[in-house]
Amino acid sequence: MSEIPGDLKFLKSHEWARVEGDGKITVGISDHAQGLLGDLVYVDLPAVGDRIEAGNAVAVVESVKAASDVYAPISGTITAVNSALADKPETINEDAYGEGWIFVVEAEEPDQLNDLLEPDDYAELLEDEDH
Amino acid sequence: MTQTAAPQKTVLNDTHRALGAKMVDFGGWDMPLSYGSQLEEHHQVRRDAGMFDVSHMTVVDLHGAQTRPFLRHLVANSVDKLQKPGKALYTCMLNAQGGVIDDLIIYYLGEEFFRLVVNAATRDKDLAWIAQEAAPFAVEVRERPELSMIAVQGPQAREKALGVLAEIDRARIAKLGKFSAGAAQTADGAAALFVARTGYTGEDGFEIIVPEQQAVALWNALLAAGVKPAGLGARDTLRLEAGMNLYGQDMDETVSPYEAALAWTVSLDEGRDFTGRSALESQKVAGAPRQMIGLVMDEKGVLRHGQTVLTAFGDGEILSGTFSPTLGKSIAFARVPAGDLPLGAQGGVRVDIRGRHVPVRVVKFPFVRDGQAQEGV
Repeated sequence: MSEIPGDLKFLKSHEWARVEGDGKITVGISDHAQGLLGDLVYVDLPAVGDRIEAGNAVAVVESVKAASDVYAPISGTITAVNSALADKPETINEDAYGEGWIFVVEAEEPDQLNDLLEPDDYAELLEDEDH
Repeated sequence: MTQTAAPQKTVLNDTHRALGAKMVDFGGWDMPLSYGSQLEEHHQVRRDAGMFDVSHMTVVDLHGAQTRPFLRHLVANSVDKLQKPGKALYTCMLNAQGGVIDDLIIYYLGEEFFRLVVNAATRDKDLAWIAQEAAPFAVEVRERPELSMIAVQGPQAREKALGVLAEIDRARIAKLGKFSAGAAQTADGAAALFVARTGYTGEDGFEIIVPEQQAVALWNALLAAGVKPAGLGARDTLRLEAGMNLYGQDMDETVSPYEAALAWTVSLDEGRDFTGRSALESQKVAGAPRQMIGLVMDEKGVLRHGQTVLTAFGDGEILSGTFSPTLGKSIAFARVPAGDLPLGAQGGVRVDIRGRHVPVRVVKFPFVRDGQAQEGV
Protein backbone atom coordinates (compact mmCIF):
# COMPACT_ATOMS: atom_id res chain seq x y z
CA MET A 1 0.00 0.00 0.00
CA SER A 2 1.20 3.50 -0.82
CA GLU A 3 1.98 6.01 1.93
CA ILE A 4 -0.88 8.28 2.97
CA PRO A 5 0.32 11.90 3.23
CA GLY A 6 -0.05 13.27 6.77
CA ASP A 7 -1.50 16.65 5.74
CA LEU A 8 -4.68 15.18 4.23
CA LYS A 9 -8.11 14.52 5.63
CA PHE A 10 -10.48 11.91 4.22
CA LEU A 11 -14.08 10.96 3.63
CA LYS A 12 -15.09 7.32 4.14
CA SER A 13 -16.00 7.37 0.44
CA HIS A 14 -12.26 7.81 -0.33
CA GLU A 15 -12.02 11.53 -1.20
CA TRP A 16 -9.11 13.48 0.26
CA ALA A 17 -8.98 17.17 1.21
CA ARG A 18 -5.91 19.35 1.75
CA VAL A 19 -5.98 22.82 3.30
CA GLU A 20 -3.68 25.02 1.23
CA GLY A 21 -1.71 28.05 2.46
CA ASP A 22 -4.43 30.43 1.23
CA GLY A 23 -7.13 28.58 3.20
CA LYS A 24 -8.66 27.02 0.10
CA ILE A 25 -9.16 23.28 0.01
CA THR A 26 -7.94 20.95 -2.72
CA VAL A 27 -9.90 17.73 -3.27
CA GLY A 28 -9.07 14.44 -4.98
CA ILE A 29 -9.63 10.70 -4.61
CA SER A 30 -7.31 8.48 -2.60
CA ASP A 31 -4.67 6.19 -4.01
CA HIS A 32 -6.69 3.28 -2.65
CA ALA A 33 -9.74 4.48 -4.59
CA GLN A 34 -7.86 4.78 -7.88
CA GLY A 35 -6.51 1.27 -7.31
CA LEU A 36 -10.01 -0.09 -6.85
CA LEU A 37 -11.27 1.66 -9.97
CA GLY A 38 -8.35 0.70 -12.19
CA ASP A 39 -7.45 2.62 -15.36
CA LEU A 40 -9.42 5.87 -15.46
CA VAL A 41 -10.77 6.93 -18.85
CA TYR A 42 -13.00 9.94 -18.10
CA VAL A 43 -13.31 12.59 -15.41
CA ASP A 44 -16.49 14.67 -15.32
CA LEU A 45 -15.47 17.94 -13.62
CA PRO A 46 -17.64 20.56 -11.91
CA ALA A 47 -17.53 24.16 -13.20
CA VAL A 48 -15.60 26.98 -11.57
CA GLY A 49 -18.11 29.07 -9.64
CA ASP A 50 -20.40 26.10 -8.81
CA ARG A 51 -21.66 26.11 -5.25
CA ILE A 52 -21.29 22.67 -3.66
CA GLU A 53 -22.74 21.09 -0.56
CA ALA A 54 -20.79 18.76 1.74
CA GLY A 55 -21.80 15.15 1.08
CA ASN A 56 -23.21 15.79 -2.40
CA ALA A 57 -21.80 14.27 -5.61
CA VAL A 58 -19.92 16.96 -7.53
CA ALA A 59 -17.74 15.04 -10.01
CA VAL A 60 -17.61 11.60 -11.64
CA VAL A 61 -14.52 9.51 -12.23
CA GLU A 62 -14.99 6.70 -14.71
CA SER A 63 -12.66 3.76 -15.28
CA VAL A 64 -12.83 0.89 -17.75
CA LYS A 65 -14.52 -1.04 -14.95
CA ALA A 66 -16.88 1.38 -13.21
CA ALA A 67 -18.17 4.92 -12.77
CA SER A 68 -17.88 6.47 -9.32
CA ASP A 69 -19.22 9.70 -7.88
CA VAL A 70 -16.84 12.07 -6.12
CA TYR A 71 -18.44 13.63 -3.04
CA ALA A 72 -17.76 17.10 -1.66
CA PRO A 73 -15.96 16.92 1.70
CA ILE A 74 -17.02 20.48 2.49
CA SER A 75 -19.51 23.14 1.38
CA GLY A 76 -18.36 26.15 -0.59
CA THR A 77 -17.62 27.47 -4.06
CA ILE A 78 -15.40 25.84 -6.71
CA THR A 79 -12.48 28.15 -7.50
CA ALA A 80 -10.43 25.84 -9.76
CA VAL A 81 -10.72 22.50 -11.55
CA ASN A 82 -7.94 20.29 -12.89
CA SER A 83 -8.83 20.57 -16.58
CA ALA A 84 -5.67 18.62 -17.53
CA LEU A 85 -7.57 15.51 -16.42
CA ALA A 86 -9.87 15.81 -19.46
CA ASP A 87 -7.01 14.67 -21.69
CA LYS A 88 -5.06 12.69 -19.13
CA PRO A 89 -7.44 11.04 -16.64
CA GLU A 90 -4.71 8.47 -15.95
CA THR A 91 -2.91 11.20 -13.99
CA ILE A 92 -5.14 10.18 -11.06
CA ASN A 93 -3.84 6.59 -11.35
CA GLU A 94 -0.27 7.83 -11.42
CA ASP A 95 -0.37 10.52 -8.73
CA ALA A 96 -3.66 10.53 -6.82
CA TYR A 97 -2.45 12.84 -4.03
CA GLY A 98 -0.54 15.29 -6.27
CA GLU A 99 -1.01 16.01 -9.98
CA GLY A 100 -4.25 14.01 -9.86
CA TRP A 101 -6.13 16.60 -7.77
CA ILE A 102 -9.68 17.21 -9.06
CA PHE A 103 -10.95 20.59 -7.81
CA VAL A 104 -10.33 23.43 -5.32
CA VAL A 105 -13.07 24.81 -3.11
CA GLU A 106 -13.39 28.00 -1.07
CA ALA A 107 -15.00 26.74 2.14
CA GLU A 108 -18.04 28.39 3.71
CA GLU A 109 -17.77 26.53 6.98
CA PRO A 110 -14.16 25.50 7.58
CA ASP A 111 -15.32 23.74 10.77
CA GLN A 112 -16.74 20.98 8.57
CA LEU A 113 -13.14 19.82 8.17
CA ASN A 114 -13.29 18.50 11.72
CA ASP A 115 -15.81 15.89 10.62
CA LEU A 116 -13.31 14.31 8.21
CA LEU A 117 -11.05 11.34 8.98
CA GLU A 118 -7.42 11.83 10.00
CA PRO A 119 -4.85 9.88 7.91
CA ASP A 120 -4.47 7.24 10.64
CA ASP A 121 -8.22 6.72 10.87
CA TYR A 122 -8.46 6.43 7.11
CA ALA A 123 -5.60 3.89 7.07
CA GLU A 124 -7.46 1.91 9.72
CA LEU A 125 -10.64 2.00 7.62
CA LEU A 126 -8.71 0.53 4.68
CA GLU A 127 -7.28 -2.19 6.91
CA ASP A 128 -10.79 -3.12 8.00
CA GLU A 129 -11.98 -3.20 4.38
CA ASP A 130 -9.19 -5.63 3.53
CA HIS A 131 -10.37 -8.15 6.10
CA MET B 1 -21.52 -17.16 -8.86
CA THR B 2 -22.22 -20.91 -8.91
CA GLN B 3 -19.70 -21.75 -6.18
CA THR B 4 -20.22 -20.49 -2.68
CA ALA B 5 -17.04 -22.01 -1.25
CA ALA B 6 -13.62 -20.32 -1.35
CA PRO B 7 -12.61 -19.59 -4.94
CA GLN B 8 -10.60 -22.22 -6.75
CA LYS B 9 -7.04 -21.52 -7.81
CA THR B 10 -5.26 -22.42 -11.01
CA VAL B 11 -1.74 -23.83 -10.74
CA LEU B 12 -0.46 -20.40 -11.86
CA ASN B 13 -2.02 -18.56 -8.88
CA ASP B 14 1.27 -17.97 -7.03
CA THR B 15 2.92 -16.92 -10.29
CA HIS B 16 0.26 -14.25 -10.87
CA ARG B 17 0.66 -12.95 -7.33
CA ALA B 18 4.44 -12.83 -7.66
CA LEU B 19 3.96 -10.73 -10.83
CA GLY B 20 1.90 -8.25 -8.80
CA ALA B 21 -1.50 -9.24 -10.17
CA LYS B 22 -4.65 -7.82 -8.72
CA MET B 23 -6.87 -10.88 -8.22
CA VAL B 24 -10.63 -11.13 -8.63
CA ASP B 25 -13.29 -13.83 -8.25
CA PHE B 26 -14.43 -14.92 -11.71
CA GLY B 27 -16.98 -17.71 -11.95
CA GLY B 28 -15.75 -19.20 -8.69
CA TRP B 29 -12.07 -18.87 -9.61
CA ASP B 30 -9.44 -16.55 -8.14
CA MET B 31 -8.06 -15.01 -11.34
CA PRO B 32 -5.79 -12.07 -12.29
CA LEU B 33 -7.75 -8.95 -13.27
CA SER B 34 -4.59 -7.13 -14.30
CA TYR B 35 -0.90 -6.96 -13.43
CA GLY B 36 -0.84 -3.14 -13.33
CA SER B 37 -2.62 -1.34 -16.13
CA GLN B 38 -5.42 -3.13 -17.92
CA LEU B 39 -5.15 -0.59 -20.78
CA GLU B 40 -1.46 -1.31 -21.31
CA GLU B 41 -2.15 -5.04 -21.34
CA HIS B 42 -4.84 -4.48 -23.96
CA HIS B 43 -2.48 -2.50 -26.21
CA GLN B 44 0.29 -5.04 -25.64
CA VAL B 45 -1.93 -7.75 -27.14
CA ARG B 46 -3.08 -5.55 -30.05
CA ARG B 47 0.49 -4.46 -30.89
CA ASP B 48 2.81 -7.31 -29.84
CA ALA B 49 2.00 -10.37 -27.72
CA GLY B 50 0.35 -11.06 -24.39
CA MET B 51 -0.67 -14.17 -22.49
CA PHE B 52 -3.64 -15.11 -20.35
CA ASP B 53 -4.06 -17.90 -17.83
CA VAL B 54 -7.31 -19.54 -18.95
CA SER B 55 -6.85 -22.71 -16.92
CA HIS B 56 -10.20 -22.08 -15.26
CA MET B 57 -11.89 -23.14 -18.49
CA THR B 58 -13.19 -26.68 -18.53
CA VAL B 59 -11.65 -29.27 -20.86
CA VAL B 60 -13.86 -32.30 -21.53
CA ASP B 61 -12.74 -35.26 -23.65
CA LEU B 62 -15.32 -37.45 -25.39
CA HIS B 63 -14.45 -41.00 -26.37
CA GLY B 64 -16.45 -43.67 -28.13
CA ALA B 65 -17.55 -44.99 -31.49
CA GLN B 66 -20.74 -42.89 -31.34
CA THR B 67 -19.03 -39.60 -30.49
CA ARG B 68 -19.74 -37.88 -33.83
CA PRO B 69 -23.43 -38.92 -33.87
CA PHE B 70 -23.66 -37.68 -30.27
CA LEU B 71 -22.23 -34.27 -31.19
CA ARG B 72 -24.59 -34.03 -34.19
CA HIS B 73 -27.34 -34.26 -31.58
CA LEU B 74 -25.74 -32.06 -28.88
CA VAL B 75 -24.77 -28.83 -30.67
CA ALA B 76 -26.32 -26.35 -33.13
CA ASN B 77 -23.36 -26.16 -35.51
CA SER B 78 -22.56 -29.19 -37.65
CA VAL B 79 -19.64 -31.35 -36.53
CA ASP B 80 -19.70 -32.79 -40.04
CA LYS B 81 -17.71 -29.67 -40.96
CA LEU B 82 -14.88 -31.31 -38.97
CA GLN B 83 -13.20 -33.76 -41.36
CA LYS B 84 -9.49 -33.20 -40.76
CA PRO B 85 -8.00 -34.21 -37.40
CA GLY B 86 -7.10 -31.10 -35.41
CA LYS B 87 -9.88 -28.95 -36.88
CA ALA B 88 -11.97 -26.89 -34.46
CA LEU B 89 -15.56 -25.64 -34.50
CA TYR B 90 -17.24 -22.87 -32.48
CA THR B 91 -20.83 -23.68 -31.53
CA CYS B 92 -23.61 -23.39 -28.98
CA MET B 93 -25.38 -26.21 -27.20
CA LEU B 94 -29.06 -25.48 -26.75
CA ASN B 95 -31.95 -26.58 -24.60
CA ALA B 96 -35.20 -27.80 -26.17
CA GLN B 97 -36.51 -24.21 -26.27
CA GLY B 98 -33.50 -23.13 -28.36
CA GLY B 99 -31.91 -21.24 -25.45
CA VAL B 100 -28.11 -21.28 -25.15
CA ILE B 101 -26.83 -23.60 -22.39
CA ASP B 102 -23.24 -22.64 -23.24
CA ASP B 103 -20.93 -21.76 -26.11
CA LEU B 104 -17.92 -23.98 -26.68
CA ILE B 105 -15.16 -25.06 -29.01
CA ILE B 106 -15.07 -28.64 -30.30
CA TYR B 107 -11.79 -30.13 -31.52
CA TYR B 108 -11.84 -33.17 -33.79
CA LEU B 109 -8.95 -35.39 -32.75
CA GLY B 110 -10.06 -38.76 -34.15
CA GLU B 111 -13.25 -40.48 -35.19
CA GLU B 112 -13.67 -41.74 -31.63
CA PHE B 113 -12.11 -38.78 -29.79
CA PHE B 114 -13.36 -35.18 -29.69
CA ARG B 115 -12.33 -32.52 -27.17
CA LEU B 116 -14.63 -29.78 -25.84
CA VAL B 117 -13.60 -26.56 -24.11
CA VAL B 118 -16.52 -25.03 -22.20
CA ASN B 119 -16.86 -22.04 -19.86
CA ALA B 120 -15.75 -22.15 -16.23
CA ALA B 121 -18.82 -20.49 -14.72
CA THR B 122 -21.13 -23.04 -16.39
CA ARG B 123 -19.00 -26.12 -15.63
CA ASP B 124 -21.41 -27.98 -13.34
CA LYS B 125 -24.53 -27.62 -15.45
CA ASP B 126 -22.59 -28.31 -18.67
CA LEU B 127 -21.11 -31.54 -17.36
CA ALA B 128 -24.49 -32.70 -16.07
CA TRP B 129 -26.18 -31.87 -19.38
CA ILE B 130 -23.48 -33.47 -21.52
CA ALA B 131 -23.44 -36.64 -19.39
CA GLN B 132 -27.21 -36.93 -19.58
CA GLU B 133 -27.32 -36.41 -23.34
CA ALA B 134 -24.33 -38.73 -23.93
CA ALA B 135 -25.77 -41.74 -22.11
CA PRO B 136 -27.87 -43.13 -25.01
CA PHE B 137 -24.78 -42.90 -27.27
CA ALA B 138 -22.50 -44.75 -24.82
CA VAL B 139 -19.98 -41.93 -25.13
CA GLU B 140 -17.47 -41.58 -22.30
CA VAL B 141 -17.40 -38.00 -20.89
CA ARG B 142 -14.10 -37.33 -19.16
CA GLU B 143 -13.30 -33.96 -17.60
CA ARG B 144 -9.58 -33.10 -17.64
CA PRO B 145 -9.04 -30.89 -14.56
CA GLU B 146 -5.34 -31.77 -14.59
CA LEU B 147 -4.86 -29.76 -17.79
CA SER B 148 -3.99 -26.05 -17.67
CA MET B 149 -4.41 -23.59 -20.52
CA ILE B 150 -2.44 -20.50 -21.56
CA ALA B 151 -3.68 -18.24 -24.38
CA VAL B 152 -0.88 -16.41 -26.22
CA GLN B 153 -2.36 -13.65 -28.37
CA GLY B 154 -1.20 -10.79 -30.56
CA PRO B 155 0.48 -10.12 -33.91
CA GLN B 156 3.80 -11.47 -32.55
CA ALA B 157 2.24 -14.23 -30.45
CA ARG B 158 2.79 -17.16 -32.79
CA GLU B 159 6.39 -16.31 -33.52
CA LYS B 160 7.23 -15.86 -29.84
CA ALA B 161 5.35 -19.01 -28.78
CA LEU B 162 7.01 -21.13 -31.47
CA GLY B 163 10.35 -20.34 -29.83
CA VAL B 164 9.43 -22.27 -26.69
CA LEU B 165 8.49 -25.41 -28.65
CA ALA B 166 10.81 -28.29 -29.51
CA GLU B 167 12.64 -27.49 -32.73
CA ILE B 168 11.23 -30.54 -34.46
CA ASP B 169 7.66 -29.29 -33.90
CA ARG B 170 8.10 -25.64 -34.89
CA ALA B 171 7.62 -25.78 -38.67
CA ARG B 172 4.52 -27.94 -38.38
CA ILE B 173 2.88 -25.78 -35.69
CA ALA B 174 3.84 -22.61 -37.62
CA LYS B 175 1.79 -23.95 -40.53
CA LEU B 176 -1.34 -24.67 -38.49
CA GLY B 177 -4.34 -23.03 -40.13
CA LYS B 178 -6.73 -20.85 -38.16
CA PHE B 179 -9.05 -22.90 -35.96
CA SER B 180 -6.73 -25.93 -36.13
CA ALA B 181 -4.73 -27.67 -33.44
CA GLY B 182 -1.75 -29.99 -33.21
CA ALA B 183 0.40 -31.76 -30.66
CA ALA B 184 3.86 -30.45 -29.76
CA GLN B 185 6.50 -30.61 -27.04
CA THR B 186 8.25 -27.86 -25.14
CA ALA B 187 11.87 -27.12 -26.10
CA ASP B 188 13.19 -29.14 -23.15
CA GLY B 189 10.92 -32.06 -24.01
CA ALA B 190 9.36 -31.93 -20.55
CA ALA B 191 5.78 -31.21 -21.54
CA ALA B 192 3.38 -32.59 -24.12
CA LEU B 193 1.29 -29.69 -25.41
CA PHE B 194 -1.92 -29.31 -27.36
CA VAL B 195 -1.51 -26.15 -29.45
CA ALA B 196 -4.59 -24.59 -31.07
CA ARG B 197 -4.63 -21.54 -33.34
CA THR B 198 -7.69 -20.09 -31.62
CA GLY B 199 -8.37 -17.22 -29.24
CA TYR B 200 -10.74 -14.69 -27.73
CA THR B 201 -9.07 -11.38 -28.61
CA GLY B 202 -9.47 -10.83 -32.36
CA GLU B 203 -5.73 -11.28 -32.78
CA ASP B 204 -3.80 -14.21 -34.15
CA GLY B 205 -2.21 -16.56 -31.64
CA PHE B 206 -2.42 -19.88 -29.87
CA GLU B 207 -4.32 -21.41 -27.00
CA ILE B 208 -1.98 -23.97 -25.45
CA ILE B 209 -3.20 -26.82 -23.26
CA VAL B 210 -0.46 -28.10 -20.94
CA PRO B 211 -0.39 -30.61 -18.06
CA GLU B 212 -0.62 -28.55 -14.88
CA GLN B 213 2.73 -29.83 -13.57
CA GLN B 214 4.44 -28.07 -16.47
CA ALA B 215 2.22 -24.99 -16.71
CA VAL B 216 4.43 -22.73 -14.59
CA ALA B 217 7.53 -23.67 -16.60
CA LEU B 218 5.70 -22.96 -19.87
CA TRP B 219 4.44 -19.60 -18.54
CA ASN B 220 7.96 -18.63 -17.50
CA ALA B 221 9.41 -19.72 -20.85
CA LEU B 222 6.85 -17.54 -22.65
CA LEU B 223 7.65 -14.65 -20.31
CA ALA B 224 11.34 -15.05 -21.15
CA ALA B 225 10.40 -15.04 -24.86
CA GLY B 226 8.92 -11.55 -24.41
CA VAL B 227 5.24 -12.44 -23.99
CA LYS B 228 3.76 -10.15 -21.32
CA PRO B 229 1.08 -11.31 -18.89
CA ALA B 230 -2.42 -9.88 -19.34
CA GLY B 231 -5.45 -10.23 -17.09
CA LEU B 232 -9.16 -10.81 -17.42
CA GLY B 233 -9.78 -7.05 -17.66
CA ALA B 234 -7.85 -6.78 -20.92
CA ARG B 235 -9.34 -10.06 -22.11
CA ASP B 236 -12.81 -8.55 -21.76
CA THR B 237 -12.07 -5.34 -23.68
CA LEU B 238 -10.22 -7.31 -26.39
CA ARG B 239 -13.01 -9.81 -26.95
CA LEU B 240 -15.72 -7.14 -27.05
CA GLU B 241 -13.75 -5.08 -29.60
CA ALA B 242 -13.44 -8.32 -31.58
CA GLY B 243 -17.24 -8.73 -31.50
CA MET B 244 -17.19 -11.93 -29.46
CA ASN B 245 -19.95 -12.87 -27.04
CA LEU B 246 -19.51 -13.55 -23.33
CA TYR B 247 -21.76 -16.27 -21.96
CA GLY B 248 -23.99 -15.08 -19.12
CA GLN B 249 -23.76 -11.47 -20.26
CA ASP B 250 -24.57 -11.56 -23.99
CA MET B 251 -26.59 -14.77 -24.04
CA ASP B 252 -28.02 -17.38 -21.69
CA GLU B 253 -30.70 -20.07 -21.59
CA THR B 254 -33.48 -17.54 -22.32
CA VAL B 255 -31.81 -16.34 -25.53
CA SER B 256 -31.59 -18.13 -28.87
CA PRO B 257 -28.50 -17.92 -31.09
CA TYR B 258 -30.57 -15.80 -33.53
CA GLU B 259 -31.08 -13.22 -30.77
CA ALA B 260 -27.38 -13.23 -29.87
CA ALA B 261 -25.93 -12.55 -33.35
CA LEU B 262 -24.86 -16.19 -33.53
CA ALA B 263 -26.96 -17.26 -36.54
CA TRP B 264 -23.65 -18.00 -38.31
CA THR B 265 -23.02 -20.81 -35.80
CA VAL B 266 -26.35 -22.54 -36.48
CA SER B 267 -26.41 -25.21 -39.17
CA LEU B 268 -29.88 -26.38 -40.24
CA ASP B 269 -28.35 -29.14 -42.35
CA GLU B 270 -30.79 -31.71 -43.61
CA GLY B 271 -31.77 -34.66 -41.48
CA ARG B 272 -29.85 -33.65 -38.36
CA ASP B 273 -32.01 -33.60 -35.26
CA PHE B 274 -30.11 -31.50 -32.70
CA THR B 275 -31.61 -30.33 -29.44
CA GLY B 276 -33.35 -26.99 -29.92
CA ARG B 277 -33.68 -27.36 -33.69
CA SER B 278 -37.49 -27.27 -33.89
CA ALA B 279 -37.59 -24.15 -31.68
CA LEU B 280 -35.02 -22.45 -33.92
CA GLU B 281 -36.92 -23.41 -37.06
CA SER B 282 -40.13 -21.90 -35.66
CA GLN B 283 -38.24 -18.77 -34.70
CA LYS B 284 -36.71 -18.56 -38.16
CA VAL B 285 -40.15 -18.69 -39.79
CA ALA B 286 -41.80 -16.26 -37.36
CA GLY B 287 -38.73 -14.05 -37.00
CA ALA B 288 -36.80 -13.76 -33.73
CA PRO B 289 -38.52 -11.24 -31.42
CA ARG B 290 -35.23 -9.63 -30.41
CA GLN B 291 -31.89 -8.85 -32.02
CA MET B 292 -28.37 -8.09 -30.83
CA ILE B 293 -26.76 -4.93 -32.22
CA GLY B 294 -23.41 -3.17 -31.89
CA LEU B 295 -23.25 0.39 -30.53
CA VAL B 296 -20.60 3.11 -30.44
CA MET B 297 -20.91 6.23 -28.31
CA ASP B 298 -19.04 9.34 -29.48
CA GLU B 299 -19.81 11.30 -26.31
CA LYS B 300 -17.82 11.01 -23.11
CA GLY B 301 -18.79 8.18 -20.80
CA VAL B 302 -18.91 4.41 -20.81
CA LEU B 303 -21.82 2.17 -21.81
CA ARG B 304 -22.42 -0.40 -19.08
CA HIS B 305 -24.30 -3.66 -18.64
CA GLY B 306 -27.97 -3.15 -17.75
CA GLN B 307 -28.43 0.39 -19.08
CA THR B 308 -31.72 0.91 -20.96
CA VAL B 309 -31.48 1.27 -24.74
CA LEU B 310 -34.21 3.27 -26.51
CA THR B 311 -35.12 2.48 -30.13
CA ALA B 312 -38.00 3.14 -32.53
CA PHE B 313 -39.14 -0.46 -31.97
CA GLY B 314 -39.09 -0.35 -28.17
CA ASP B 315 -36.63 -0.54 -25.30
CA GLY B 316 -33.79 -2.99 -24.85
CA GLU B 317 -30.67 -3.16 -22.72
CA ILE B 318 -26.91 -3.01 -22.85
CA LEU B 319 -25.35 -6.49 -22.58
CA SER B 320 -21.55 -6.12 -22.64
CA GLY B 321 -20.43 -2.51 -22.56
CA THR B 322 -16.99 -1.05 -22.03
CA PHE B 323 -14.45 1.59 -22.96
CA SER B 324 -12.64 0.48 -26.11
CA PRO B 325 -8.93 1.18 -25.63
CA THR B 326 -8.26 0.85 -29.37
CA LEU B 327 -11.01 3.29 -30.41
CA GLY B 328 -10.75 5.62 -27.40
CA LYS B 329 -14.52 5.61 -26.93
CA SER B 330 -17.21 3.36 -25.56
CA ILE B 331 -18.65 0.34 -27.40
CA ALA B 332 -21.37 -2.15 -26.48
CA PHE B 333 -23.61 -4.99 -27.48
CA ALA B 334 -27.31 -4.39 -26.88
CA ARG B 335 -30.36 -6.62 -27.15
CA VAL B 336 -33.33 -4.70 -28.55
CA PRO B 337 -36.69 -5.56 -30.13
CA ALA B 338 -36.52 -6.82 -33.72
CA GLY B 339 -36.75 -4.17 -36.43
CA ASP B 340 -34.71 -2.67 -39.22
CA LEU B 341 -32.43 -0.10 -37.57
CA PRO B 342 -30.37 1.91 -40.07
CA LEU B 343 -26.62 1.93 -39.38
CA GLY B 344 -25.00 5.00 -37.87
CA ALA B 345 -26.68 7.92 -36.16
CA GLN B 346 -29.70 7.37 -38.46
CA GLY B 347 -30.55 4.40 -36.26
CA GLY B 348 -31.94 6.91 -33.77
CA VAL B 349 -30.81 4.77 -30.83
CA ARG B 350 -30.23 6.35 -27.43
CA VAL B 351 -28.98 4.99 -24.12
CA ASP B 352 -30.22 6.07 -20.70
CA ILE B 353 -27.11 6.96 -18.71
CA ARG B 354 -28.14 8.08 -15.24
CA GLY B 355 -31.28 9.73 -16.58
CA ARG B 356 -29.65 11.34 -19.62
CA HIS B 357 -30.62 9.98 -23.08
CA VAL B 358 -27.32 9.86 -24.93
CA PRO B 359 -27.33 9.26 -28.71
CA VAL B 360 -25.29 6.28 -29.95
CA ARG B 361 -24.48 4.92 -33.41
CA VAL B 362 -25.52 1.46 -34.61
CA VAL B 363 -22.52 -0.33 -36.13
CA LYS B 364 -21.58 -3.72 -37.50
CA PHE B 365 -19.15 -5.73 -35.45
CA PRO B 366 -16.34 -6.74 -34.98
CA PHE B 367 -15.51 -3.21 -33.90
CA VAL B 368 -11.77 -3.93 -34.28
CA ARG B 369 -10.02 -6.55 -36.38
CA ASP B 370 -6.28 -7.20 -36.63
CA GLY B 371 -5.59 -4.09 -34.58
CA GLN B 372 -7.64 -1.75 -36.82
CA ALA B 373 -10.99 -0.03 -36.28
CA GLN B 374 -13.47 -1.45 -38.78
CA GLU B 375 -15.24 0.65 -41.42
CA GLY B 376 -18.14 2.66 -40.02
CA VAL B 377 -17.03 2.17 -36.41
